[in-house]
Amino acid sequence: MTGTVPPLATPAARYRMMRLIREFDTLALEWERSGTIPGGVHPCIGQEAVAVGTCAALRPNDRITSTHRGHGHVLAKGADPARLLAELAGRATGLNRGRGGSMHAADLSLGILGANGMVGAGAAIAAGAAWAARRRGQDTVVISFFGDGALNQGVLLESLNLAALHRAPVVFVCENNGYATTLAAAEGIAGSATGRAAAFGIPAVTVDGMDVDAVRTAVAEAVARARAGAGPGFVECLTYRFEGHHTMERRLRLCYRTSEEVDSWRARDPLDRARPGPEEADSIDVEVAGILRRAADWALEQERPDPATAGAYTYAGGPAPRPGVPA
Amino acid sequence: MTWLSYTKALNRALADAMTEDDSVCVLGEDVRAGMAGPTLGLHRRFGGERVLDMPLSEQAFTSFAIGAALSGMRPVVEFQIPSLLFLVFEQIVNQAHKFRLMTGGQASIPVTFLVPGSGSRTGWAGQHSDHPYSLFAHAGVKTAVPATPTDAYGLLRSAIAEDDPVVLFAPAGAMAARDDVVGTPPPVPLGSGRIHRTGTDVTVVAVGHLVAHALSVADELDGELSAEVLDPRTVHPVDWELLRASLRRTGRLVVYDDANRACGFAAEVLAAAGEEAVLLAPPRRVTRPDGAVLPFAPELDAALQPQPGQLRDALRAVMR
Repeated sequence: MTGTVPPLATPAARYRMMRLIREFDTLALEWERSGTIPGGVHPCIGQEAVAVGTCAALRPNDRITSTHRGHGHVLAKGADPARLLAELAGRATGLNRGRGGSMHAADLSLGILGANGMVGAGAAIAAGAAWAARRRGQDTVVISFFGDGALNQGVLLESLNLAALHRAPVVFVCENNGYATTLAAAEGIAGSATGRAAAFGIPAVTVDGMDVDAVRTAVAEAVARARAGAGPGFVECLTYRFEGHHTMERRLRLCYRTSEEVDSWRARDPLDRARPGPEEADSIDVEVAGILRRAADWALEQERPDPATAGAYTYAGGPAPRPGVPA
Repeated sequence: MTWLSYTKALNRALADAMTEDDSVCVLGEDVRAGMAGPTLGLHRRFGGERVLDMPLSEQAFTSFAIGAALSGMRPVVEFQIPSLLFLVFEQIVNQAHKFRLMTGGQASIPVTFLVPGSGSRTGWAGQHSDHPYSLFAHAGVKTAVPATPTDAYGLLRSAIAEDDPVVLFAPAGAMAARDDVVGTPPPVPLGSGRIHRTGTDVTVVAVGHLVAHALSVADELDGELSAEVLDPRTVHPVDWELLRASLRRTGRLVVYDDANRACGFAAEVLAAAGEEAVLLAPPRRVTRPDGAVLPFAPELDAALQPQPGQLRDALRAVMR
C-alpha cells in the first residue's frame, strides 16, 4: 500500500494532488486502451482545480457525492490511489471490492458517498445526508459535485429546493466544462447555472474553475455559511475537459469541438497556474510519479474477485440472489 | 381483544418504531395532515424534524431519504399514489437497491417505501390504479404486500428494521380489513409466508387483498375441493420452502395475483413450481391481462382485475 496522500492545506499540497489526479487519469487512459480497465472511464484531465480546490475547503469529516467523472473528487477527498486503481482494474481489494469500478468509486470511511453513474443523482442524496447529519448534531457539510448537464435534470432542481427549504448544510459545486457529453452548454442551458440556484434563494457564484485557489475560496465561503446553519450554497466552476467525454470517444472519432477551442483551454492548464517554483515542482512531480508507480504495481498484483461471490453484498443479510440457472 | 384496522396497524407500526428508535423518520407528501392515513397524528406527536411534509418532488425526496440513511437515519417515505413509483424507479432501484453492491458492501440503505392504497380504488383511472409490486420483486428490491392488519403491522416493523430498502404495498382492497388482536402483533420476518387455510387438493397462492377473496372462494368450494390458501406476504424474497411443502401436500397450484400477467409475480411462482415440484395438473394463474391499463368506468376497471369467479374456474380446472 502506498501510504496516505497529504492533506491540501498548502499550495504545494494542492499542486501535488492536482498532479496526482492528472497522472492518475493519464494512466487510466493507458490502462483502458490496453484492456487493463474493463468498460471505459470518463477522464477529468483539465478539471483538477475544481476537485482539489473544493476538497481543500473541507474538513476530513465533511462528505462528498461525486459524478461519473469522479476520479479527481475521490482522490482529492483522500482515497488511496492504489485502491482506486485496483478498483478500476476490477480487483478484489479495490476501493469497492471490484463491484463499483470507475463510476461508483466510494470510500465511506473518508466521507466519499459514491461517484454516481446517473447524471444529477447525487444532489438529493447529498441534501438528505446533510440534513440528517445536522439533525444528528454533526457539524459537517456535504458537497454535491455535478456537471453542467445535470442542470437540466429535474431531480437536481428539486434538490436545490429541498436543500434550501430545510437549510441543509450542502454546497452544490457545478463543474461547468461546457459540454453535456457532446451538447454545448450554450445549446442545452436556458438562462444560467447560478440563476437556477438564485431562483431558490441559494447564494450562487461563478468562479474560474481553472484556478484552484479561486475555487477553494468560493467553496470555503459557501461551506462556512452552510456549517453555520445559513443553508446551502452554489458554486459554478467554469472548467474544461481536455479529453473526450469517455474513452470510447477516441474510437468513435467524434468531432464536436474545434482544436482551437481545446488548445485555448489547454493553454489555461490549471496545473501550470498552481505550479510552485521549478525546483519544488520537479520534486513533487517525481514524488507523484513514484506514488503512482507503486500504486499501479500494487493494484496489478491484486487478485481478481472470485466469480462465486458475484452476488455478495447485494443484501445486508438473509437472502442472496437466487441463481439464474438451476443449481 | 380489540379491533385493529389496516390503516391503524400501519399507523401504530410507524409510531411504535419512532418511539423505539430516534433514527426513524417519516417523509412524503401530506404526511403532516396524514391524508393517506398511516401518518395521522405523527407530526403532532413527534414534531416536524421527524415527520417531514415534502413538496411535490418525489424524485428528490426519495433520494433525500437515501442520503439521510447514509447519515444513520431510517427514513420511511410515503407515496400517495402507487403510480408515483414509476417516477422514482430510478431512485429506488438504481440508487437505493444497488448502493450496497456497488460500494462493495460499504453502505446500508435502510429506507422503507410505503405505498398505501396501491391497486385499484375504483374510478381513479389509468394513472392511479397500478399495483406494481412485481416490478420491484423483479428488480430485487425487498417487497412486501401484507393482506391483513396484523401482517401489515408486523411487516412494516420488519421493513423499518431491515438494513436494506424495502417497498411495502398496502393494497387499497385490503385497507378496509379489521383484525381481532390482543396486545401488539409480532414482527413478521421478510420472506416468511403464511398458510391462512390448510387444504389437501390445491394450493392457492394469493397476494394482498386477494387473500381474503381466495379464502371466500375456498370456503365456498369446500366439499367440492379442498383448497390451501398460502399468502407469501413478501413477493421478494419469497418463502419458497413454504410453497414447496404446500405443493408436496396438494400437487396442484393456482396463483391469484393482481399484477399484469406477463413477467408478473404469478409467472414467477408458476415457473418455480414447474422447476421444483411435481404437479398433478398444469398450474393456472389468475391475474390482470398482459399489459393491462385500468380503465375509468367501474365495470371496465373491475373487468381487468382478477375476480373470484375466475379463481373458482381455475380451481375447478386444475381438479379435472
